[in-house]
Amino acid sequence: MAGALQAATAALLSSTPLKTYGSDRLRLGSAPRSLAGRKGSFLVVRSDAGFGSGSNARTRPGKLIPNAVATKPDASASSTSSKPGHELLLFEALREGLDEEMARDPRVCVMGEDVGHYGGSYKVTKGLADKYGDLRVLDTPIAENSFTGMGIGAAMTGLRPVVEGMNMGFLLLAFNQISNNCGMLHYTSGGQFTIPIVIRGPGGVGRQLGAEHSQRLESYFQSIPGLQMVACSTPYNAKGLMKAAIRSENPVVLFEHVLLYNLKERIPDEEYICCLEEAEMVRPGEHVTILTYSRMRYHVMQAAKTLVNKGYDPEVIDIRSLKPFDLYTIGNSIKKTHRVLIVEECMRTGGIGASLQSAIIKEFWDYLDAPIKCLSSQDVPTPYAGTLEDCTVVQPAEIVKAVEDLCK
Amino acid sequence: MAMAASRLPSPSTLSSSLSRLLRTSRLFSSLSSDDQTVLNVETSVPFTGHKCDPPPRTVDTTPKELLGFFRDLSVMRRMEIAADSLYKAKLIRGFCHLYDGQEAVAVGMEAAITRRDAIITAYRDHCIYLGRGGDLVSVFAELMGRRDGCSKGKGGSMHLYKKDAQFYGGHGIVGAQIPLGCGIAFAQKYSKEGTVTFALYGDGAANQGQLFEALNMAALWDLPVILVCENNHYGMGTAEWKASKSPAYYKRGDFVPGLKVDGMDALAVKQACRFAKEHALKNGPIILEMDTYRYHGHSMSDPGSTYRTRDEISGVRQERDPIERIRKLILSHELATAPELKDFEKQVRKEVDAAIAKAKESPMPDPSELFTNVYVKGYGVEAFGADRKDLKGVLP
Repeated sequence: MAGALQAATAALLSSTPLKTYGSDRLRLGSAPRSLAGRKGSFLVVRSDAGFGSGSNARTRPGKLIPNAVATKPDASASSTSSKPGHELLLFEALREGLDEEMARDPRVCVMGEDVGHYGGSYKVTKGLADKYGDLRVLDTPIAENSFTGMGIGAAMTGLRPVVEGMNMGFLLLAFNQISNNCGMLHYTSGGQFTIPIVIRGPGGVGRQLGAEHSQRLESYFQSIPGLQMVACSTPYNAKGLMKAAIRSENPVVLFEHVLLYNLKERIPDEEYICCLEEAEMVRPGEHVTILTYSRMRYHVMQAAKTLVNKGYDPEVIDIRSLKPFDLYTIGNSIKKTHRVLIVEECMRTGGIGASLQSAIIKEFWDYLDAPIKCLSSQDVPTPYAGTLEDCTVVQPAEIVKAVEDLCK
Repeated sequence: MAMAASRLPSPSTLSSSLSRLLRTSRLFSSLSSDDQTVLNVETSVPFTGHKCDPPPRTVDTTPKELLGFFRDLSVMRRMEIAADSLYKAKLIRGFCHLYDGQEAVAVGMEAAITRRDAIITAYRDHCIYLGRGGDLVSVFAELMGRRDGCSKGKGGSMHLYKKDAQFYGGHGIVGAQIPLGCGIAFAQKYSKEGTVTFALYGDGAANQGQLFEALNMAALWDLPVILVCENNHYGMGTAEWKASKSPAYYKRGDFVPGLKVDGMDALAVKQACRFAKEHALKNGPIILEMDTYRYHGHSMSDPGSTYRTRDEISGVRQERDPIERIRKLILSHELATAPELKDFEKQVRKEVDAAIAKAKESPMPDPSELFTNVYVKGYGVEAFGADRKDLKGVLP
C-alpha cells in the first residue's frame, strides 16, 4: 500500500524516481527503536519546482525564493481522482485529526478563543462546534492564564482538553500554569495526577505581523520538566502528531506555524498516527546532516536544490520532536555524514538550536569532522518592515553558504 | 526500582489509629443510643449575603457530629503544633504554612459535602488533606520528605494531594489553583456528575487577576464551583486594608453572589457550605468569605508578630477559638464533662506523637525516584502508519 502511494507520488512530482522508504527500511520488533521511515513527504512550492535526488539532479537552475511557502500545486501533473488518499491543506489535516479523536473519545474537548462559532482564527476548528456542541468546543473569553489553568484542572480529573492559543505568543500569559501546573503536577503529586492536555497554536515569524505576534515559544518552554514539545510541518505529520498528542498521557505542546497552514498534500484515507518522539527523514544524503523543523524545513529544501546542483548531497532531517530530541535518528545521521548544520527559526540565544548543539556535542563529539554550524534568527524583536523581517530569519542563500563552508 | 514495602493504613475518617481511639474512648462509646437527637444551635453571627438570601442562622446538628467536630479539630490543632516543633527541630525544611486557628473551615466544609465533591486549595493544606481522609503518618512523612509521604516525599508541605478523595492539592503559586478549580468544576459539569468543587484561596490571592478571569468564565458557563476566600486578614505581612481597596471579598464577585461567614464557627461553615453546594448546582458559582484567623505567622519563617500585636492574637484565641466554641457547646449540652474532653485531648496528643514516630521510621526516597513520575510511564504513544502492518514503532 505504501509502495503504491509512493510510486504515485513520484510520478506526480518529477520524472526521476524519488527514494522510497518501504517497510524494508524499517527495523521492527526486537530493535529498541524504529527508523523514522516515513514516506517522503513532498512539498509543493511553485509550478516550476520539484526536487531531484542524488545524481539525477534537475539541470534547471534553482531560483532561490526567500519566502518559501505553499502556493498552487503543480496543476499539470496532478489528477486527483485516480490517486489513493485525499488532498487537503495543513489546517484541514489538523482539523481531521482533531475530529477523529473527538469522535473516538468523548473526553476530548477543545477550548480557546473563537474556536467555536467563529471556527478558529486559522479555521482549524471550523465546523467542530456544530458537530460536537458548545461545551466540547468551548469559546473562552480572552483570559489565557485562566483558561489554560481550567484546561489543566479539567485534565487532572480525566478529561483530555486541547487548548488553543490564538497565537503562541499569547500563551506567555499562561506561562505559570504551563510550567508549574501542567509540567510539574504529575511529579509533585507523586504520580497521582496525569495531565493529558494538548496545548497548540501557531507561532513563528509570519508575514510582517510585528514583534509581539512573531514569537518562537519553543525556546521558552523547552526547559519545563514534564512537558513534551512537537512541531508539525506537513499535513501528514500535522494530523499524525495531533492524534498522537491527544492520545498521549503526558502534556504535549504542539507548535504550528502561521505560514504553513495552507500547505497542500495528499494524505492517506486510513487512520495513522505519528510518533511523538521521532524525527522525520526528509531527504537522505551523504555529505552533511541538516537538522531543522517547522517552516525552516522549506527554506532548507529550497537550499537543497541549489546544493544538489552544486554537487552536494545534504541529508535533511525534520527533527519534529523538540523535547525530547530524537537523538537516535540524529545520531545515526551524524555517524554517516560527520557534519552538522542546524537551521532553526528560534533566536540564537537559548533556542532549540542551542540545546540541540550542546546535546550533539555531548553525545556525538567523536563523530564530528567539523564544528557544528547553527543558523538561527537574529536576537532582535522581529521588525515590521518586510526587508528587515527577511533579514531576521534564515534564508536559503545563507544555508547554501553554510553548507559550502562546512564541506570545505 | 524497589517500591516501599509498607502500605499506609486505609483511612476511615482520620486515621485507623484514631478510629481505634474512638472505639475505646468512653467519650464516644456512650453515644450509640443518642444518635437521633437533633440539636439546634445558633451561629455566632448572622450570615451576610451579596445578591443572595443568606441561609438561616440556626443550624441543625447532632451530638455525634459535635463530638466528631471536637475530635477533628483537636487532631488538626495538635498536628499543626507538632509540625511547628518538627520544623524547629529541622526535620521539616523549606516552607511550612500552618493552619491552626483556621481549622473550623476544613471541618465545617467536610461536614456539608461528600468525598465525591472536589476541594482544591493553596499551600496551607495540611488540615484540608486530613479532613479529606488523609492520615497523619502520610502527612508527617511527606513533610519530612520521606518515602511514605502522600506524594512520595517529592512534593513537600505545599503539595499534598489525595486523588481518591477528590483532593486536588496543594499549590504553591498564589491564585494559580483558582483556574484549576474552575477546570475541575468544568469537568464535573461535562460529565454531569452532580458534584461541586470548592476552590479555596486567601485574602492575598483575592487580588489576583486570574481569580476574576476564572469567575467570569465560571459565571458565563454556570460551572458548579464555590470560591471560598479564607480571609485571615493578612497576606503574609500585609494587612488586608493595605492590600485591598475593598476588603469585602464576598462582594468582589460583583455579578456572582456571595456570602460572608464566621470562619471560626464550624457550624456556620457547615451551614454556608451546604447552602453554597445547593446554589452552585442550580445557579452556578458563589463566593464564600470565611472570616478566620491564623495564630502562627504566614509560614514558619515569619514570627507573625511584626505586623500584628500579641494582644490581637491572644484576643482572638480567647474570644473566637474554634475548639473552645465546640467545647462550650458540648459542655452546655452535657454531652461530655470537661475532664473527659481533657483526657481525650491527651489521647489525641499521644496518637499524633505515635504518628510522628512512625513517619520518622520511613526512609528517604530512593535516588532512582528522582526520575520517576516526570512523564507518565516513560514516553511514547504507539505510532502507526496508514497501513498498520508497517511504519509502526514504539519508542521505549
